[in-house]
Amino acid sequence: MAAAMTQQAPEPRAEAAGIDVRFRGVSKRFGAVAAVDDVSFEIPRGSFHSFLGPSGCGKTTSLRLIAGFEQPSEGEVEIAGVPMVGVPAYRRPVNMVFQHYALFPHLDVFANIAFGLKQLRPRPSAAEIGRRVGEALELVRLPGMGSRRAWELSGGQQQRVALARALINRPTVLLLDEPLAALDRKLRRDMQMELQNLQREVGITFVLVTHDQEEALSMSDTIGIMRDGRIEQFGSPSELYDAPVNRYVADFVGESNFFAGAVAAADADGATIRTAQGLEIAAPYSPRGRKLAVGSAGVIAVRPEIVALWDPAESGQALADYRFRGRVRNRIYLGDQTEFSVAVPELGEILVRAPKGSAAGAAGFAAGTEIALGWRRERALALADG
Amino acid sequence: MRAYAIAIYLFLYAPIALIVLFSFNSGLSASDFRGFSIAWYGKVAGNRFVLEAVTHSLIVAAASATLATLFGTMAALALQRVTGWLRAVFDGLTYVAIMVPGIVIGIATLIALVTAFDIVNDLLLAIWPADDPGAVPQLALGYGSIIAAHTLFSLALVIVLVRARIAGMDRSLVEAATDLYATPWGTFRQVTLPLILPAVVAGFLLSFTFSFDDFVIAFFVAGSKTTLPIYVFASIRRGVTPEINAIGTVVLLVSLLLLFSAQILLRRGAKPTRAT
Ligand SMILES: Nc1ncnc2c1ncn2[C@@H]1O[C@H](COP(=O)(O)OP(=O)(O)OP(=O)(O)O)[C@@H](O)[C@H]1O
Ligand SMILES: [Mg+2]
Repeated sequence: MAAAMTQQAPEPRAEAAGIDVRFRGVSKRFGAVAAVDDVSFEIPRGSFHSFLGPSGCGKTTSLRLIAGFEQPSEGEVEIAGVPMVGVPAYRRPVNMVFQHYALFPHLDVFANIAFGLKQLRPRPSAAEIGRRVGEALELVRLPGMGSRRAWELSGGQQQRVALARALINRPTVLLLDEPLAALDRKLRRDMQMELQNLQREVGITFVLVTHDQEEALSMSDTIGIMRDGRIEQFGSPSELYDAPVNRYVADFVGESNFFAGAVAAADADGATIRTAQGLEIAAPYSPRGRKLAVGSAGVIAVRPEIVALWDPAESGQALADYRFRGRVRNRIYLGDQTEFSVAVPELGEILVRAPKGSAAGAAGFAAGTEIALGWRRERALALADG
Repeated sequence: MRAYAIAIYLFLYAPIALIVLFSFNSGLSASDFRGFSIAWYGKVAGNRFVLEAVTHSLIVAAASATLATLFGTMAALALQRVTGWLRAVFDGLTYVAIMVPGIVIGIATLIALVTAFDIVNDLLLAIWPADDPGAVPQLALGYGSIIAAHTLFSLALVIVLVRARIAGMDRSLVEAATDLYATPWGTFRQVTLPLILPAVVAGFLLSFTFSFDDFVIAFFVAGSKTTLPIYVFASIRRGVTPEINAIGTVVLLVSLLLLFSAQILLRRGAKPTRAT
């Protein structure tokens, strides 16, 4: 999908039809701080997009630029093909679910949800408003709760009211700022599923902000990984996982073992890194990464699931190009897979994940066991260390 | 320790209790209780001078409380957008205005007004086309000056109360309203105003109570307009009568009622935002 997005035809109208949010060189500065720094991206209609990044990287600011609470210092924001320069927040076809819900404490649930409809001119009839609020409550599974006060509800219920209050207006884009952060783990899981189902049901473009990578990976069609106000990489979850542009993205999306050092050799397809211990490890470039120059800082990323474990009595030649000996420090049974932490003298602590059906998963090497481990050269990635 | 406390409370409240008690005295003396009667209340209600003073007080209190509430709320809303040293200066001035003793406000207002009146009156005399100096309109102390002085003091009170309420309000509520298509005016009417209303009403009630009870400031700037406290002060010079006690009791009751309502409003107003 991301590939299709970046290769749009140049006719603006045809292009606009498929893109709900577009940033063109957008920057937002607060004094000396660039909260958002020269960002460009396109979010296709009807998709579920997430901004993912650590605290202070500019996620909320990006959302507020779309909502119209902030005006860009530079660049252009477009919603559904319409430039938003000078369009105030109350005229934008977007609605937001606030981090702490921001439900109106002086209004009951019904009036909270009806708030947006009541601002429309001409104002819908009372019967129409009542019907649509009923539908919205149904949609978020809170039927009959209209007369409650917002602060009488549980966190999860407040969150649903906030969702209903936004969705009832059928916005072009729904913005969600860490909507699940305040919920406990179990409820968060449920709401993730519900949000995803809801998005498919209503077909509205969702833009979510989160610093929880699991949340972003499980729900999104596309993700923008942010760092210091810039978008480091924009792509589908699998693209980010399989083809990170650099160590930062590989580290943020999923888990990885990293072996950092200087690039000792490089060609068009891959690079060899010499670690501080003098070990030389080679791997192909990430499909989205850039080529590395000899002498620059590089890193080999080895995902835990590509590491094989075997009994040191066997050779393991068929399993791995790079082979090491180590001792199991820790074994965590995760149901469908088993996670090992292995101490390897040359490499340090290595994280390994073996699926249930695999040899290691079945053998279940206990903590303290001497084992051998390794990986295939072509399954690791050589990345820029940044 | 307990004895001290009892002594202090006795000292504070015994006179008040005595006033209330003797307002029901059937005898003439304000110190010798002869039996229960509400005759003095009837007498007060029939006293033309008392009624006139009460009317003056009510008009002044209502006008100054209304003005102070209106401008105080507007100022509080505007100050919310002021930042930096300018805000610190405004905050400082507001608190100072509350802490300045009534006598200072009274004297200052009197001097300012009299000076201003002198200048304006001379000017009027000079430019007015009529030949008869008696026909020239002249500014003088009265309703205007008391209302102005009371408004000045109450203004600061309202600003502080409403500011506290705004500070306790979640900023994102205003953004949420804006996000839900409410225009700036719509947001003010439907979200900001309802949320600060308890503080606004409490500010009105406190301003009203202050103005109604105030003697010091009114004494300086009232001119010929006798307010209730000034009337009471003047009559006491002729001796304390149960009639005065009855007036005191009524004023006490009304003041307590207003202060109590204000307190309840301020408490209840603070609840919903805390509960989220
Ligand atoms: N109104 C503002 N005034 C000044 N600086 C701001 C303002 N809003 C944001 N910033 C700064 O911009 C940067 C990005 O802030 P932003 O709120 O977008 O981060 P975020 O990614 O949402 O972080 P978090 O995960 O903590 O919510 C931060 O350094 C922040 O201090
Ligand atoms: Mg944020």
